[in-house]
Amino acid sequence: MKIGLFIPCYIDQFYPQVGIATLELLEKLGCQVSYPSGQTCCGQPMANTGCEKEAIPTYQHFVRQFKDFDYIVTPSGSCAYHIRKHYDVLEQSEEVKKVRTNTLDISEFLLEKLGISALDSQFPHKVGLHNSCHGLRGLRLGTGSERVLTQQSKLQTLLHMVKGIELVELDRSDECCGFGGTFAINEPDISVAMGRDRLAEHEKKGVEVITAGDMSCLMHLEGIIRREKKKLQVKHIVEILNGTSI
Amino acid sequence: MSQHAQKAAEFITNQERMKWHDESLWFVRTKRDKATHGIPEWEQLRELGSQIKNHTLSNLDQYLEEFEKNALQNGVQVHWAANAAEHNRIVHEILARQEVQRIVKSKSMLTEECGLNEFLTEKGIEVVDTDLGERIIQLREEPPSHIVMPAIHLKKEEIGELFHQKLNTEKGASDPKYLTESARQHLREKFLSAQAALTGVNFAIAETGGVVVCTNEGNADMGVHLCPVQIHSMGIEKVLPKAEHLGVFTRLLARSATGQPITIFTSHYHRPKPEGEMHIIIVDNGRTAQLGREDFRNSLKCIRCGACMNTCPIYRRSGGHSYGYTVPGPIGSILTPGIDLKKYSDLPFASTLCGSCSDVCPVKINIHEQLYRWRQIISEEGHLPSSKKQGMRIAARVLSKSTTYKFGGKMARWALRAFPRFFIYNRLNVWGKNRELPEAPKQSFQEWYQKNRKEP
Repeated sequence: MKIGLFIPCYIDQFYPQVGIATLELLEKLGCQVSYPSGQTCCGQPMANTGCEKEAIPTYQHFVRQFKDFDYIVTPSGSCAYHIRKHYDVLEQSEEVKKVRTNTLDISEFLLEKLGISALDSQFPHKVGLHNSCHGLRGLRLGTGSERVLTQQSKLQTLLHMVKGIELVELDRSDECCGFGGTFAINEPDISVAMGRDRLAEHEKKGVEVITAGDMSCLMHLEGIIRREKKKLQVKHIVEILNGTSI
Repeated sequence: MSQHAQKAAEFITNQERMKWHDESLWFVRTKRDKATHGIPEWEQLRELGSQIKNHTLSNLDQYLEEFEKNALQNGVQVHWAANAAEHNRIVHEILARQEVQRIVKSKSMLTEECGLNEFLTEKGIEVVDTDLGERIIQLREEPPSHIVMPAIHLKKEEIGELFHQKLNTEKGASDPKYLTESARQHLREKFLSAQAALTGVNFAIAETGGVVVCTNEGNADMGVHLCPVQIHSMGIEKVLPKAEHLGVFTRLLARSATGQPITIFTSHYHRPKPEGEMHIIIVDNGRTAQLGREDFRNSLKCIRCGACMNTCPIYRRSGGHSYGYTVPGPIGSILTPGIDLKKYSDLPFASTLCGSCSDVCPVKINIHEQLYRWRQIISEEGHLPSSKKQGMRIAARVLSKSTTYKFGGKMARWALRAFPRFFIYNRLNVWGKNRELPEAPKQSFQEWYQKNRKEP
């Protein structure tokens, strides 16, 4: 099984520890992982701003980088969703179809392809899970609160494998944090207001660490935490699964 | 900043009001959740609703003609209006023929869309909206901020002050029961003196030629039963094939709108009362054009429940008036670009694309996907602000090659570390106004990988 590791651009540049944790976790679980060094970005920033056409060379570059892998694994539900959903504007060659089908968020890969049921890690802290929207409603990593279906959550399933963790139940279990890509810059006031409200609930519930499947949400929340000198911390879910400490 | 962003920023200035607005609407969303979770087959019901609408929209011409035929047989007078101006003219002609001076209306977003109140007022006809919320905003001379709860942006104290000025209630009174009773007495007079009643339409049944109006206040019935002339204005998308389909939608509508199992009144109007007149006006006003847009035709499935507004984290914090159109929120943001692409080009961007609107929608309109599609069209048609377009062109160039990406990333991180704070956090750094930028590490993941793992 050839596994290609896709580390989204902003994680590569600003959160290398999340990339490292993803790689280490996969290696610990016995996977042979390659990281194509020419990779850049999935193209979502342009496309979500309306410039899908301009993003096509970036899409094509992505496909060239990853066309030879059985699975493309990434610590981002949002980027995985973008590739699977929006690479439909490319000509659907065998390569494109293969890349689209086989790009997985790490939680999907761990549970559905590796079928893990235990992890050797502990994190004895009060953790609040932020359900990033694209993972939740795009990839259906969990049941959104809007839907009348049996509740399931891949991220919770994984977090429950970590010893000592205390997952805090939230009143608004899946409200958007307000990041939304370029939305954070187009509508900065609402964006920050939404972020503050999410933080307030986590704080009220005594959360020490907020975790999520997408670092972009956490980048936005962390930006407010640091500006307002709050005690909360943020960790990507793979950091916790890989046995990080705070 | 875009228009929506500016108006949102104004709304947010009053933090306390924003919080209260957010919590009031979230409360409605929670009620909706409780009501829907009591229906195990909810998701099938949504699918059924969506399919019925899909079928109807695909055969709209046929069902509208069947509806007209059956309505005519019932003795109803049926009118067709291609646009808002025609609709208003038809209403005025009906009223003029009977020398009507005063009409009562029960809530109709369509007549808001057509600007009927202003039109009739100019012709010297008194128009009184009879839903409590609608009457409040009419007295304030402002548009609705929500399609189901038009005055949701107002607090009871503000309504108390308004009623004191307009209805002579006691100064400083804000007891909801007292204020509502005053409105009842005031409206009672209007009902008794009106000569015609106009209502919106929730559903029109092709098979029977009847229309259905769902209200909680009973004001539609009050108006229709008292007045010799009754007029019902409906968009072409309101038609359903058969009476048996109605149950699917009444179950979906009230639960999605307010968390009620059903609205208090579900009024069925089939024929004029003895000696009375009944008119139905079927209005297009841009709907056929929307039907012709493959990616956006689904928006016509909308049953105007407002659930997408209640769930939208942006709407809850920016208020309905920030959208600048009769139908605000997510559904408004996919309807408006079809009406005037340039004017409303900021609305599809007033979203994080979180997708909650699509999942809460009782007829499964893919709202967030349509927002994404509109963004592409807005960009292609040249309505993106040029700074944004240029920025994206540069990003596209940098991100499409590994050399430029690596260089650009390294430079950006270096700059963040090297430059003094006041230089980085300048006026143009919108992100940094209320947030810190991420700390820039010396080493990217890629650089770490080169040092610590072999090249593949």
